[in-house]
Amino acid sequence: MDAKLIPTATQTAGPFFHFGLLRPEWADLTDGGKAKGDKIVLEGRVTDGDGAPLSDAIVEIWHANAAGKYAHPEDAQDKPFDPHFRGFGRAFTDKDGVYRFTTVKPGAVPGRGNALQAPHIAMSIAARGLLHHLFTRVYFVGEGLNASDPVLATVEDTARQRTLIAAPNGKANGATVWRFDVVLQGKGETVFFDF
Amino acid sequence: MTEIREYNHERAGGQPSNDWPAYTSTIKRHPQRQPVALKQTLTEITGPTFTSGWTGPEATDLTKQHKGEPLGERMILAGRVLDEDGRPVPNTLVEIWQANAAGRYAHASDTHPAPLDPNFTGRGHMVTNEKGEYRFLSIIPGAYPWRNTYNAWRGKHVHFSVFGPAFATRVITQMYFPGDPLLEFDPIYNSVPDEAARKRMISRYDPNLSEAEWALGYRFDIVLRGRHATPAGL
Ligand SMILES: [Fe+2]
Repeated sequence: MDAKLIPTATQTAGPFFHFGLLRPEWADLTDGGKAKGDKIVLEGRVTDGDGAPLSDAIVEIWHANAAGKYAHPEDAQDKPFDPHFRGFGRAFTDKDGVYRFTTVKPGAVPGRGNALQAPHIAMSIAARGLLHHLFTRVYFVGEGLNASDPVLATVEDTARQRTLIAAPNGKANGATVWRFDVVLQGKGETVFFDF
Repeated sequence: MTEIREYNHERAGGQPSNDWPAYTSTIKRHPQRQPVALKQTLTEITGPTFTSGWTGPEATDLTKQHKGEPLGERMILAGRVLDEDGRPVPNTLVEIWQANAAGRYAHASDTHPAPLDPNFTGRGHMVTNEKGEYRFLSIIPGAYPWRNTYNAWRGKHVHFSVFGPAFATRVITQMYFPGDPLLEFDPIYNSVPDEAARKRMISRYDPNLSEAEWALGYRFDIVLRGRHATPAGL
């Protein structure tokens, strides 16, 4: 690793990003319902150390398709690519701190070596007051693979592990709504990852 | 067996800490627990790819998004997206947003009593070419006050969002201008401990990029995390 250039540091997105980053179509990852797999809604509230909602956060997600394949050239798995699923989403929180995506439930993907990862969604959160975006992961309650997931296993405290697991919260237009709240600070603080 | 060619870890001092009370908005928003170390997997080393049709038409001329021309000094803003080893990062989305020449954002929540410019929104985006290059035509943004502390001002800056090849390489940052006297007092700029890394966020006036009788040229390269040379299995 004889890297030569200094990487560019991150800075906050500030409070006035909405007009610059607005892409409402990116909150629907299903290409208007054409993507294969179980349609889901992923939603939740982002709150600060006082429990107050963040009305100025950018939530971005990245995940595999229903078959467990990423829409990326480095995913060499022999699994079906879905031309209607790009795997990336962006949504802003509203005045109540709530973000919402429409997507499909991802399949399981390989981990390192011979490990298998439980279905999950990678998430990043940027906002006013965050000088560096935060990375977390969304898992789904009741998945058999959660028990052997190598990343969940690194979070030893079960109460903390629960901050990474979304729970079903009714239906919307036939899709299961999965609730995943993000607590930036304090009691119930979400697990954030460094990689 | 899945082998992973990892992205380099961020260097100590090269990135801001979210726990930085000089920027008061961090106080209730920074996590208090240490982040959990995650060994990169296929999830982290992949990320959105940007080809035509994904982002819609490119928007590289911020001076022609309305009927008339915006007020301010015209600026050609160009540079490359590179990795730590100096290799270009092609086909990646660069998004920018900025205040107008008077230091006012075209945003409903910006209450700074400086004039809005009906001919300027301050939003642009494009996908880098094969050499990792991007180029915008805009105007130099104005400085603006903010309520971090009494009588606080932010230096002139352009906000940047860049993806790179993987979810791990995502960067949201700000580009500053050389010689700006406000930088010394700016807790956001100064949140980056390493001086060389701070200076990396300052653009460079480039007389060869300037166009005679037309626009000033500022060059700003963005460097993303590089990668390990060899893959790791476990
Ligand atoms: Fe700004």
